Amino acid sequence: MTTIRYGNKSLELAENQSVLDCLNGHGIPIPYACRTGVCQNCLMRATDGTPPAASQIGLKDSLRLSSHFLACACRPTENLDVALPDDALPSTHALVSGLELLNHDIMRVDLEALSPFEYRAGQFINLVRDSSHVRSYSLASVPRLDKHIHLHVRRLPKGRVSGWIHEELSIGQRVEIRGPSGDCIYLPGKPEQALLLIGTGSGLAPLYGILRDALDQGHQGPVRLFHGSRDFHGLYLMDELRKMERRFPNFSYFPCVSASHVPAGFVAGRVHEAALRETHELKGWRVFLCGHPEMVKQTRKSAYLAGAALRDIHADAFNVSHA
Amino acid sequence: MAEKQNLADWYDEKYGKMHNPPLFEQLGGSGAVDAAVDIFYRKVLNDKRINHFFEGVDMDKQAAKQKAFLTMAFGGPHNYTGLDMRKGHAHLVTQGLNDSHFDAVMENLAGTLKELGVADNLIGQVAAIAESTRDDVLGR
Repeated sequence: MTTIRYGNKSLELAENQSVLDCLNGHGIPIPYACRTGVCQNCLMRATDGTPPAASQIGLKDSLRLSSHFLACACRPTENLDVALPDDALPSTHALVSGLELLNHDIMRVDLEALSPFEYRAGQFINLVRDSSHVRSYSLASVPRLDKHIHLHVRRLPKGRVSGWIHEELSIGQRVEIRGPSGDCIYLPGKPEQALLLIGTGSGLAPLYGILRDALDQGHQGPVRLFHGSRDFHGLYLMDELRKMERRFPNFSYFPCVSASHVPAGFVAGRVHEAALRETHELKGWRVFLCGHPEMVKQTRKSAYLAGAALRDIHADAFNVSHA
Repeated sequence: MAEKQNLADWYDEKYGKMHNPPLFEQLGGSGAVDAAVDIFYRKVLNDKRINHFFEGVDMDKQAAKQKAFLTMAFGGPHNYTGLDMRKGHAHLVTQGLNDSHFDAVMENLAGTLKELGVADNLIGQVAAIAESTRDDVLGR
């Protein structure tokens, strides 16, 4: 008998029953439409156990690698713990090991996990202030390269969590994090592919992780990073990125400024427009988009229309209410 | 004639009955659907006759729907019913969705398959399946 666990419920699967039918049959509403492994409405994630290969057909590699599966096509023969993609992230405790302002309103927060914490650059975690104040932050660190976890936290006006991080958090303080989650990550395997990374504000965080991950793994194709802000005070890590540009000849960094005053060395205009001006044919490119939701939405469409394949466009739109 | 028939029977017996694989397999299965969705949806979004119906939709979700639709049109496994087609397009019918738009989609579908090098007789079969949804899509 195969058992699946969802939340605190343990459910027995009938013979050849799908996870979708089992959960829905027990009154647990899992969204679905086609029930034939095509539409991907019933996307779920295994939090323990390995989903059968047949339930991962057609998924993006990044989803497959992060144990996502289609509930309608999932008939496991071994026990499986399952969750909806955004639910039930495992909780870990961590110590604040560093706090450093990267510009006037973005703080780098370093966290040392107190128990083994596996993640990939570009994923995100939820940082818990208290049970009603939890916010998502992208991971800017690379497990192979960085001892601790790095977040870039922008201070928002009246931000209950970002304000707490900027004003009250102190070195050595113990915090709870949940996750990791998300599939905006670099997958090795196509080292010649061209990469385009576009971000605004603290949306640089996951891109900074993805970029260093890719270059460290020996990515050979051109890698272009466009980081944009209204004025140049909003940009950060410029020296580090320029240093990387010198170290990796295939990497180019384009700091973009959309306000009317554009200092020398900066690209004028909105970041996504600048990026597509520079690279207007994206056939075969892999594209990563992070930052302002409207920018991400528009750029996703223009990148696709410029020839990037849907499965090669990765985005992590941080919701402003979450930041 | 009788001899020929016997020869055919003998072949069938020896090698199994020859038959055309189903349309879905001839087209290349779900891998072919993925390739087709990418081209088809890009054509649709670039087509001024119909792209206003797709303003502001979530691209990933829409691509998943396109995939379900093309899987069906390719003769693949699906659970779409006429009722789903009606419900799914009702809000567009009130926005003026009509035969000319359906024709534009059919044209993009055929163009996609041509671009993928699919043989004309198979394109015809796909078009016939897609065509069979016309009245449901247009709510008639």
